[in-house]
Amino acid sequence: MREVSVKTLTEEIATAVMWINFNLEPDTASAFCRIALAERDPVAREVMEQLAKNLEVASKEQIPICQDTGMAVVFLEVGQDVHFTDGDLYTAVNEGVRKGYVEGFLRKSVVSDPFDRVNTGDNTPAVIHTDIVPGDKVKVTVSAKGFGSENKSRLFMLNPADGEEGVRAAVLQTVREAGASACPPMTLGVGIGGNFEKCALMAKHALLREKGESAANERDARLERELLDEINKTGIGPAGLGGDTTALAVNVETCPTHIAGLPVAVNVCCHVNRHKTIII
Amino acid sequence: MDGKRISLPLTDEVIDTLRVGDKVLLSGEMTVARDAAHKRIYEAILSGEEPPVDLKGAVIYYMGPSPAREDRPIGSAGPTTSGRMDKYTPTFLSLGVRATVGKGARSAEVTEAIVKNHAVYFAAVGGCGALLSKCITSSRVICYPDLGAEAVLRITVEDFPVIVAVDCTGSSIY
Repeated sequence: MREVSVKTLTEEIATAVMWINFNLEPDTASAFCRIALAERDPVAREVMEQLAKNLEVASKEQIPICQDTGMAVVFLEVGQDVHFTDGDLYTAVNEGVRKGYVEGFLRKSVVSDPFDRVNTGDNTPAVIHTDIVPGDKVKVTVSAKGFGSENKSRLFMLNPADGEEGVRAAVLQTVREAGASACPPMTLGVGIGGNFEKCALMAKHALLREKGESAANERDARLERELLDEINKTGIGPAGLGGDTTALAVNVETCPTHIAGLPVAVNVCCHVNRHKTIII
Repeated sequence: MDGKRISLPLTDEVIDTLRVGDKVLLSGEMTVARDAAHKRIYEAILSGEEPPVDLKGAVIYYMGPSPAREDRPIGSAGPTTSGRMDKYTPTFLSLGVRATVGKGARSAEVTEAIVKNHAVYFAAVGGCGALLSKCITSSRVICYPDLGAEAVLRITVEDFPVIVAVDCTGSSIY
């Protein structure tokens, strides 16, 4: 049994929520510049240049990349040989989120009730997903999900007869309806299989994948490539103002499902796919 | 971004010259309001009260900034999705709002109201909040401070880059 103080999680999470709101991976700005050069449409080129410049300003001056600094989503993979000390785990996670959002001058976007809509003032509570895994480590992945794109996410309970074609149509429909509101170029997390909530969770989890990585099995990797190609032919373009680059990546996750169903969830993320993993 | 320099408030003559796809740099004062503030202002209007914010001639920017650091007038300050304000926009336009600034497509009702009231809808680049904040020189809360990030602000902008997304003839970029 390895002892881990929950205070460590608080500190790591506070640092991570600040970092991800000011920085994307170091090569993202130059990747945006390369996309700008490849765009045929002058407006699209200009938008990509603005997005690249925005990243530079954000990082240099510690101004959030986007004013919607997101709702914090924290994935915990807890080794079964870990014993947490110094307090309650979820309280410590929320304390990290609170500290990061307050000290980092990040926007507080969480309301305590869907109807009363009173702001909680510190961006808590976070959405927390926990998995128990073998080992004695704790893997914490912190993401800050903006709602311009979250609002455009969709879940479809397809029939088995709809097959791959039905899945493609569902993803394309989601992207077309998302348009400019999702701040393209987007990243799409696609969950296929499971049940109602499992496929939604896979879609969210798929967004956490490292940039440039494709699905482990060849069928899913092919589906990702083909979907990306189709999405980029829609012409929605950067900021939805037209162009060749509508999506940066399509990340597919699949899992076993029921004989009667083919659930598909599409979690839309804007060009600012903010997440960071810490292993304790 | 380059573009045609325009001073706010907008005049009829200037609105006449703007066509969908035109790149524009706005300078002057804008009113910042988003979901919760729109709801409150709308409800005040419906109950026959004077709107608590002067809508006549206003340019409304759909935005909720992140908190300002000590040495800055405002935090990150990019556009939010305009479509969520569609329910309120025709009424606001009929009360004198000349332009709205946000991101994404508008409803048929809003487009119709833009034509009817001789107004314009500008799109700013979504997700550019750090860069756009550099075009904002001052900011103060003018209404509903209890709404936090959703309070109504009066901001001063200088060469704030936008694109004409719906012009006064009803043509849309989306």
